[in-house]
Amino acid sequence: MAKVLVVTSGKGGVGKTTSTAALGAALAQAGEKVVVVDFDVGLRNLDLVLGAERRVVFDLINVVQGVAKLPQALIRDKRLETLWLLPASQTRDKDALTEEGVAKVIAELREKFDWIICDSPAGIERGAILAMRHADEAVIVTNPEVSSVRDSDRIIGMLDAKTVRAEKGEGIKKHLLITRYDAARASRGEMLSIDDVLEILTTPLLGIIPESEEVLRASNVGSPVTLSNRLSAPARAYTDAARRLKGEEISVSIPSSKMRLFDKLFGRRAA
Amino acid sequence: MNVFKFLKRRGSAPIARERLQILLAHERRANSQPDLLSILRDEIMAVVAKHISLEADKIQVRMERGAPVSTLAVDIEIPNQFELLVAGAA
Repeated sequence: MAKVLVVTSGKGGVGKTTSTAALGAALAQAGEKVVVVDFDVGLRNLDLVLGAERRVVFDLINVVQGVAKLPQALIRDKRLETLWLLPASQTRDKDALTEEGVAKVIAELREKFDWIICDSPAGIERGAILAMRHADEAVIVTNPEVSSVRDSDRIIGMLDAKTVRAEKGEGIKKHLLITRYDAARASRGEMLSIDDVLEILTTPLLGIIPESEEVLRASNVGSPVTLSNRLSAPARAYTDAARRLKGEEISVSIPSSKMRLFDKLFGRRAA
Repeated sequence: MNVFKFLKRRGSAPIARERLQILLAHERRANSQPDLLSILRDEIMAVVAKHISLEADKIQVRMERGAPVSTLAVDIEIPNQFELLVAGAA
């Protein structure tokens, strides 16, 4: 049965689009049929992160408005056969997305895919609510930083109030994905620790993505990090997170700082 | 010197954590507030509207938080010749 997943955060720039691409690719690499849907109307970027920016012809709004049929707007990934993209439009008219239109598109996608991953825009406005509206599960992307944690708390409240499942009293399954985690800084008490964030947000942990230059490198070349360097630390963390989404029980290991006592005393950091 | 710095300085994460805990406890309460007020507003309005016909935007419900007690203020604007507007008078 198809699952609709929203990747959301409230705050911008924490890694929603990167995480959508990486989780989508990791699930597709595991043989699942996946579509990633960009809900960031006017500021689409999922196409760019996936390296499909020059292949966009029709978009979500065209489908919602009936200008194009869904199959015309879907773009198949060139590397992964079972990964598809439904891009957002670059038009500034955000109101073009309607509640009914989105419901119809999601229902149609449910028939064709195992996973429908909705990349939410930042904020708590209409676009973010439409992205989460039909979700069965949510991935809340959080940086270990005060403003991100606060906004995540707000978004969690909205997931429990404004989604179709919440309104029906079924509840929505939530997963916390902590990104840009720097183990060395956390161990020095300079960054909120995983335990701090979990205690404050009381949401089950899906994974911890370490701060890594691989993430920027992947977006530079338009490839999800799980494809561009599948053995790198962030790629493995995303792959494990995707397996947890599929229901596998893998324990989350907290990345440890590679600092030895000597380095610690003299303020040196390992690479 | 780094040795002393390490011994002396504790990180700022505990401060972040404490600030967040206090702030979020407050915000979670505040965010559930508008719902309570709109429920009160709807129910008060339903009771009053049984006897006097009212327009939906003529009722205001406010919660004021004070030190020993908080107050609930309800303002309902009623037309002067309200006898004429008694619901179901005909």
